[in-house]
Amino acid sequence: MPRARIAIAALTLVLAAIAGTLLWITFRGEDTSATVGGPFTLVDETGRTVTQADFEGSPTVIFFGFTFCPDVCPTTLYELTLQMQDLGPDADKADWLFVTVDPERDTPEALRQYTSAFDSRIIGLSGTEEQVAAMAKQYFAYYKRVPMEGGDYTMEHTATVFLMDSGNELFGTIGYGEDAGMALSKLRRLLRDG
Amino acid sequence: MTRLAFALAAALCAASPALAQTAVTASGGWTRATPPGATTAGGFLTLTNSGETDDRLVGARTPDATRVEIHSMEMSDGVMRMRPLEDGLPLPAGATTELAPGGNHIMMMDLAAPVIVGAPVPLTLMLESGAEIAVELQVVPPGAPKPAEAQ
Repeated sequence: MPRARIAIAALTLVLAAIAGTLLWITFRGEDTSATVGGPFTLVDETGRTVTQADFEGSPTVIFFGFTFCPDVCPTTLYELTLQMQDLGPDADKADWLFVTVDPERDTPEALRQYTSAFDSRIIGLSGTEEQVAAMAKQYFAYYKRVPMEGGDYTMEHTATVFLMDSGNELFGTIGYGEDAGMALSKLRRLLRDG
Repeated sequence: MTRLAFALAAALCAASPALAQTAVTASGGWTRATPPGATTAGGFLTLTNSGETDDRLVGARTPDATRVEIHSMEMSDGVMRMRPLEDGLPLPAGATTELAPGGNHIMMMDLAAPVIVGAPVPLTLMLESGAEIAVELQVVPPGAPKPAEAQ
């Protein structure tokens, strides 16, 4: 059937074009592939400006959230806190970052108070709307403001924990609700090999 | 005096036919202590409708928070999405409905004071049938899982 043949030919062309583009991107030498992580400028809990350079040379554990979050954020921070207790002093080898996706409400001071309820080694990072958006983009972290009744709002956001190695390259992730034992072994491996 | 008036009012309410009877029972209510500065808390519990008519959880109130809503939460593609359930939460006849972390919850906003371990949060559930159920939410540390006693 000619129509089927034409369709196959068209499909072959499309696939060839995609393959060609991929090859071109791969061999062009430049890093145009989508990598997780990269430069950022934010403000830490003490109001000090920090960049990715401040966290290089050691593995980094990054979680995006907000302090008005009723469930996922405290759950994740609580689980990370338990895992940090299990890891003991080894946990000192990594930087543990809680990056707000709600900088309007989450000032450095609000984050300092909030993270103090968990492990003292977890550092809250905030910034301007633009700085936070740029940081989230580097990590392909999605977030969106959702208006509620009475002018209030909540946030929806990526709930994945990002594990970055000491060269600030993606080492792995921990998904929300992932088995605690599995998460702990990933963190152990990050501290050992990352 | 105020307390006496309140007790009288409560007794009248309890005796009043205006407040509908319900076959819905609540159990294992719990919430989490709020980290300093946090002004929202999620409440979790189990609702069992042992009757033959469907009902619906349409709201809740607590003296500890200015606003209380029923929210849904879902995880899709690693993204947490939360929405107020405008029409409330269905409580089908003969079914048990769970409000638990990672799913539907009672969203308590603008807390008057931080929620602390050892100080249960009183909560009144409002059903579509007109019935109200008073519960107390046990408090666990921030982010902690369901307490064993609430299982």
